[in-house]
Amino acid sequence: MSETMTGAEMIIRALQDQGVEHIFGYPGGAVLPIYDAIFQQDKVKHILVRHEQGAVHAAEGYARSTGKVGCVLVTSGPGATNAVTGLTDALLDSIPVIVFTGQVPTYLIGSDAFQECDTVGITRHCTKHNYLVKRIEDLPRVLHEAFYVAANGRPGPVVIDVPKDVQFAKGKYSRPTNAEHKTYHPKVDGDLAQIERAVDLMMKAKRPIFYTGGGVINAGPAASAALRELVRMTGFPITSTLMGLGAYPASDPQWLGMLGMHGTYEANNAMHDCDLMIAIGSRFDDRITGRLDAFSPGSKKIHIDIDPSSINKNVMVDLGIIGDCAHVLEDMVRLWRSGAHKADEKALAAWWKQIDQWRARKSLAFRPSKETIKPQHAVQRLYELTKNRDTYITTEVGQHQMWAAQHYHFEEPNRWMTSGGLGTMGYGLPAAIGVQLAHPKALVVDIAGEASILMNIQEMSTAVQHRLPVKIFILNNEYMGMVRQWQELLHGGRYSHSYSESLPDFVKLAEAYGAVGMRCSDPAELDAAIIKMIETPAPVIFDCVVDKAENCFPMIPSGKAHNEMILADMDDDIGSVIDSKGKMLV
Amino acid sequence: MNSPVSPPSPYSSAIGKSNVETHTLSVLVDNEPGVLARVVGLFSGRGYNIESLTVAEVAHGEHLSRITIVTSGTPEAIEQIGHQLDRLVPVHTVTDLTLAGRAIERELALVKVRGKGENRVEALRLADAFRAKVIDATTESFVLELTGATRKIDDFVELMRGIGLVEVARTGIAAIRRGPEPT
Repeated sequence: MSETMTGAEMIIRALQDQGVEHIFGYPGGAVLPIYDAIFQQDKVKHILVRHEQGAVHAAEGYARSTGKVGCVLVTSGPGATNAVTGLTDALLDSIPVIVFTGQVPTYLIGSDAFQECDTVGITRHCTKHNYLVKRIEDLPRVLHEAFYVAANGRPGPVVIDVPKDVQFAKGKYSRPTNAEHKTYHPKVDGDLAQIERAVDLMMKAKRPIFYTGGGVINAGPAASAALRELVRMTGFPITSTLMGLGAYPASDPQWLGMLGMHGTYEANNAMHDCDLMIAIGSRFDDRITGRLDAFSPGSKKIHIDIDPSSINKNVMVDLGIIGDCAHVLEDMVRLWRSGAHKADEKALAAWWKQIDQWRARKSLAFRPSKETIKPQHAVQRLYELTKNRDTYITTEVGQHQMWAAQHYHFEEPNRWMTSGGLGTMGYGLPAAIGVQLAHPKALVVDIAGEASILMNIQEMSTAVQHRLPVKIFILNNEYMGMVRQWQELLHGGRYSHSYSESLPDFVKLAEAYGAVGMRCSDPAELDAAIIKMIETPAPVIFDCVVDKAENCFPMIPSGKAHNEMILADMDDDIGSVIDSKGKMLV
Repeated sequence: MNSPVSPPSPYSSAIGKSNVETHTLSVLVDNEPGVLARVVGLFSGRGYNIESLTVAEVAHGEHLSRITIVTSGTPEAIEQIGHQLDRLVPVHTVTDLTLAGRAIERELALVKVRGKGENRVEALRLADAFRAKVIDATTESFVLELTGATRKIDDFVELMRGIGLVEVARTGIAAIRRGPEPT
């Protein structure tokens, strides 16, 4: 069955055999043979980006909205180093991505050749795994293995570095097999005895809460379906991390909203006061826990995760279950239904009564305005006007990201693409391009800030070239808003270098790229403008001029616990809330 | 509420640094390029300690190498180190030999001493007492080879310091489980 072909042809053939339809990339000297192989076929379509970082984020958007592996092709040296931010982003958010990098020919490696860098050395710390393929005989195995490693277990980015002489060399190609990996065998089925103990704890709980994360999204639609069933059967409240939004429908009454630094008052207080926490595919990140030694002090903790190193990493738990969230959740649903399992209804009613009191605090409320557009209001209107469409949302990083997470409500998984772990400004536009490519008929909106969007603005050309009608909805407050907010809170309002000086005219900028530019600063005109944006069949930059001084609340200040939140309507001097220890934290 | 398991308190043990232990980890890996860099990079990147590290191929046909690492940290940190190592794609198995108990740990040292007269005689007497072998000699020096547990080598080197120690080369620890079962 094996065919003889060049290394470059093998790469393209392997992509075809793995079902890859699109690859994002940027050509250069060390990948010319692969570009030649792309030219001579039409199954794998190449999307030319304008910067390699954009290619990786686009592949992430593609992967997160489809559940498939995203693929990238870049050249050696600067091509590879430009991909590093994207790789790190994919590592921290556990996104399956494969990046093919060209390398100088094997006989030049180590000679400081033109556009040479130690790609596997540089990317070792920002990939799940990486390969330097020095022999054509190894290439077919590595290609297929990379797909297995990227997608199985806790997903992540993989780099395959291919020297140019290996791309030209001829060898025997072999098709993918389903043989097991030699050393990498992630455990997907949870231990049944442990799951039984978990269900038993759930039955006895008086103040339980589900705390779910991106692992539920990564485990696929089956995990979200099982989660919904389990949550409804038990009647327990549920909150989720930024990464996990959409796994459980936001319209459901059991949904408490997002938790963590900018989570809701009810979610954070419920986490603090619960007596049983069921963490599923979430990793007790510092944005979630706040002050560790005051994190949910009175609770038993169950943690379900596919990565054994996630369990007991930041917070010691009472019961760790290693396995794929979908498998474990299905087991839990089955067990709960089969046995005489019933929640403690009386205790639960009291718990919900308490939660409703927290809810009544309306922690996401803000002061409306008729003069200026409040950024929260802009997101709310965007949500209302797009919720009945087939909509995907991406974001950049900062205040706008948090407002999007708070005020845009997700009913389904894979609809929300945001840089959670690494917090990469410049993520949203290329990610939106990847999403739009995978879902050509959908409405894809990048909720952006005026500072973040400039970090990968060059990708406008990509959107225009490939006719991808992404909508960039900029909440323009002329500040790196989250930096400004922290300077207000921590540094006496000394706004050091956080003002967005010399901004471009975003309308003219859109037009310069051949896209459509719009601007709105009047709350009365906002709805009509958003509708016009949605109905424009081309890429749009929407410059939404918002209140410059708005802060993102509620907030757990650095170094504080879940029950020490600052709310928008508190009259405290917020400059004095955070103590010197908290100032050390990020 | 009944607890099925009783882990240590989530906060006291994880945050306090008072209960630092030293453990020996035996890591079986695919002998592929870069595997040592992955392991060492993991330790530096996550701020773990390496007190000793040895690596060599142990099964040529199967391309297997064994990396033996002595590390220190709280029990929770060491458990985490084990999981982090196991997560690396080319790692086959990670065994905490200290937890498994009854492991044998040996080190080899080459010790150079220089001296004349009574010091020279004393060096040989001590070498004999420690079962160290003379593997190189000149009229004014010896190179002694010694194997044993780390403590024994430390003791020997300390004794040599007073009678003309020039330098020491040590291999770091190789360790294996006792009894018929593999590590």
